[in-house]
Amino acid sequence: MIRLVGVTRTYEVGGRPVHALAGIDEHIAPGEHVAIMGPSGSGKSTLLNVIGCLDRPSSGRYVLAGRDVSELGERELDLVRRNDIGFIFQSFHLVGRLSALENVELPLLFAGVGRRERRERAVKALSAVGLADRATHRPDQLSGGERQRTAIARALVTQPKVLLADEPTGNLDTKSGGQVLDLLDRLHHEGITLVVVTHDPNVARRAERLIVLVDGRIAKRLPAAEVRSLDELFAPAPTRDTP
Amino acid sequence: MRALDLFRFAAGALTRHLLRSGLSLLGVAIGVTAVVVLVSLGESARRYVLDQFASIGNNLLIVVPGKTETSGAFPGLGGAPNDLTLADVAALKRQVRGVADVAAMSAGTETVEARDRRRQVAVLGATDNFLRVRRLELARGEFLPSDEAERGRAVAVIGTQVARELFPGADPIGQVIRIGSWRFRVIGLVAPMGTQLGINIDEIVIVPVATGLKMFNRTSLFRVMVELAPGADAEETERRVVALLTERHGEEDVTVLSQDSVVSAASGILRALTLAIGAIAGISLAVAGIGILNVMLVSVTERTREVGLLRALGAGRGQVLWVFLIEAALLSSVGGLVGLAAGAGLTALFGQIFPALAGPPPAWAAAAAFLTALSTGVTFGLLPARRAARLDPVEALRTSK
Repeated sequence: MIRLVGVTRTYEVGGRPVHALAGIDEHIAPGEHVAIMGPSGSGKSTLLNVIGCLDRPSSGRYVLAGRDVSELGERELDLVRRNDIGFIFQSFHLVGRLSALENVELPLLFAGVGRRERRERAVKALSAVGLADRATHRPDQLSGGERQRTAIARALVTQPKVLLADEPTGNLDTKSGGQVLDLLDRLHHEGITLVVVTHDPNVARRAERLIVLVDGRIAKRLPAAEVRSLDELFAPAPTRDTP
Repeated sequence: MRALDLFRFAAGALTRHLLRSGLSLLGVAIGVTAVVVLVSLGESARRYVLDQFASIGNNLLIVVPGKTETSGAFPGLGGAPNDLTLADVAALKRQVRGVADVAAMSAGTETVEARDRRRQVAVLGATDNFLRVRRLELARGEFLPSDEAERGRAVAVIGTQVARELFPGADPIGQVIRIGSWRFRVIGLVAPMGTQLGINIDEIVIVPVATGLKMFNRTSLFRVMVELAPGADAEETERRVVALLTERHGEEDVTVLSQDSVVSAASGILRALTLAIGAIAGISLAVAGIGILNVMLVSVTERTREVGLLRALGAGRGQVLWVFLIEAALLSSVGGLVGLAAGAGLTALFGQIFPALAGPPPAWAAAAAFLTALSTGVTFGLLPARRAARLDPVEALRTSK
């Protein structure tokens, strides 16, 4: 599903090049659940942005679902994000003035889906995350867990091939975090390809395997069972990924 | 993305900040109102003036002594223009085809006295047909007799205001008035008419034209009004009038104003003034545009994260641009509509207070004001919209606000 070959991403900061990604080679199979860990500044988020076609590699190749997207133009990348990718963010990124249902409809709105079909699909997606009865609530009337589940419904409503989550439980308490992780597990079992960036070993442990990034390179590949030993890898482990 | 959805999305963003949106909308509304009301008043004034001209008849040629155009002769060498005389008037009436009637006028200002009351008035020398040619009516008595123009009998017709002031509460007909050192018997009273073409008909004294010339010691008439025969061609008749007078005077030394040329000149001047006033009012729309610019810049800054999200969800730069551009367009067009409504209301109110200026705002002014408002909004909305569209989605998502 996702194949990265020699992917680099270099920024200019104050006139100096910063190598956020310094040559990533990785293959993620369809339906796989992969966690990405690493210390702050290791390039986790950049890698997720490249995979999500929000950012483009400076060099290297990226093949998504059999299609080389590293050479695509901006408009084509818009379409890839629209059709093939679902994003989940640490801070939910719901639009405050819109109801839960309208938030879920947003991707369909920009995809030009008609009003009636939009509503149907959004209701279905909200039901799938157990929030059918919260459809008319605005984000500030929802709990943190409900907000993230709304965001997940929004990511799913376009039926993407890949779901990308950046610290999905970073702003949640343990209980609602657990509910969100259960939901992601279920989606994974239903066949979606899931990539989760996290600091939290409890989140990473749910993945089938783990990639550890250090200084823009893959430092380790581990089965998830070995996650516990990671605590020492970049201790002290921060709890949040705030830029 | 469908247009209707785009509008709904943009409108939703605007209603989130009602006060802010309302204020910038108000700026546009005031600008549009100003344009509509001022242009509407200007147009009403123009219509009023045109009506004034129409009221004196649309089949007149006015002959004025002297040439208003540069003749090409060295100044001073051409000498004073020849007099326009009563003989000329008679010749015009007799010899020019297409002329129905000719009215001669002399003019001056003199002190008019009755018993111990006196005042300065405009004294008009006129022929018996003056009343008909100028479309005036008598309130009482009779007008100058037809055979007296040349003999210059001492009779006068006075305006109602003059009558009120000289003979308060008394019947002026048959009374004697002194104009300068001349004595006249009042034989008629002109019906109240108010100011017409700059002359207040109510405040004049009309005497036979020959008397008028003598009184002011003039040899030349002030104006000659030529009434065209029904169906006569104005331009053709004008040429014949000029030709005859040129022949009689030995040179072309008169100016002929046709009703049409005077009306179109006045109309053109007033239209230009109206446009100038409208354009000045339009400047306020530019100020309103800057208000929109400001609000939209704030909005883009506040919603940087939203822009990042929309991009992550697959919205293209173009779609983001449209979202903000439509917001600016909505602000300015709703403001424009409010302004049009207020403008129509104010115009109607003015019409109630000053009936002479009544009339709906011209459609072209309303359309121009609205389109200017809309295009100002879009123009000033373009900068913030482009700023939003150019945001890097990764950076935008990371913004803390």
